[in-house]
Amino acid sequence: MSELKPMSDNAPDSPERRRFIGAATATAAGLTLVPGVMLIEVAHGRPEDQAASSAVRWGMLVDANQCATGCDDCVTACSTENGWTPVAESAHPTQAPQWIRKLELQDPLTQMETNLPMMCQHCADAPCVDVCPTGASFKRADGIVLVNRHTCIGCRYCMMACPYKARSLVHESLNDTQKPDVPRGIGCVESCTFCVQKIDRGDGTTACVEACTAAGHNALVFGDMNDPESEISKRLRELPTKQVRADLNLNLGVRYHGI
Amino acid sequence: MKRLLALGAVVMMTAALAWAGLDDDDQPRAGGAPRPVIAEPIKGERCVEDEAYMRRNHMRLLDHHRDETVLKGIRTKKYSLKGCIDCHVSEKTGSVATAKDDFCVSCHSYAAVKIDCFDCHSTKPQGPMTTQASNAETAHDMHGMAEGNQ
Repeated sequence: MSELKPMSDNAPDSPERRRFIGAATATAAGLTLVPGVMLIEVAHGRPEDQAASSAVRWGMLVDANQCATGCDDCVTACSTENGWTPVAESAHPTQAPQWIRKLELQDPLTQMETNLPMMCQHCADAPCVDVCPTGASFKRADGIVLVNRHTCIGCRYCMMACPYKARSLVHESLNDTQKPDVPRGIGCVESCTFCVQKIDRGDGTTACVEACTAAGHNALVFGDMNDPESEISKRLRELPTKQVRADLNLNLGVRYHGI
Repeated sequence: MKRLLALGAVVMMTAALAWAGLDDDDQPRAGGAPRPVIAEPIKGERCVEDEAYMRRNHMRLLDHHRDETVLKGIRTKKYSLKGCIDCHVSEKTGSVATAKDDFCVSCHSYAAVKIDCFDCHSTKPQGPMTTQASNAETAHDMHGMAEGNQ
């Protein structure tokens, strides 16, 4: 009888039990609702009135074995999409902004050549965000590291903190040559944004990746690293990849294969 | 004598009031700053808010929207600077802030308030300038109005 006593406490009409059932149902509904919403997000892009979510982490995989010598289609595509003047055409090449650059490296011992694009690595623990005195350098919920030009004072501390030399300062007035989608201006620091305007539009890719695929090199893969079914996640599972300066423990959004 | 003085005072007051009344009309006065030319928008039935509200508060709406967009990635069309430019662009210059009669500049120079927006933002609409309601928000409004008429 003593074993049955607690059962009678939890009789169907007990308020305790009702509260518990209510809570359990609410939790179950939340669980079924949230993944459903998530799936729609990933498949069709985010509605324009919804904020970027930390359920997504945008990332890029660079396959240095596929990256072709002498090809700089990714750099051209970036400059066209985002409206920065290519360094070769700039009046002051040494201080011209550069969002992405092509590196051609050679091992001095073996003479082996490696090609790769270098740009903002979209660190999870970004040094540029740590050092910014005004909070202008920030990481968006979906892992994209950006500069809020409304608060950037152009001190360039972030440029010094970045281990990848990924940021540039706009030294000269741009005289209304900016793209409507990509505001940029004198006295502000800027860098690769993972084509945030395209991401928010729901394109799910960047200008450099599109250009690389169009050129047939397929050296770049872009996608959501948090979604186990995305192409980038599958490739990252299969291929051995490296983070540049992995010793800094920054958890990079750009991973390299073949370096 | 006292009565005469009082009468004189009343006459002078009336004259002064009448003169002040004359001064109140909207005729341009010599030496006054020329009133801003406010160009009609090239498209759209109405603004996103009341005209009077927009004149006083557009900067608050823009500031709020800019933070939502930059920090969170919310890119709704209502209250976006690009939305303003799409409708208020000048047909002559293709911009909102190039010539002194362009929409943003005409008022801002009258009020002597410097605009920083266009140090970084483009003053031109995206793509070819169009008088069609291509903006999703406007299209939605027009759709709503059409439904209301039925």
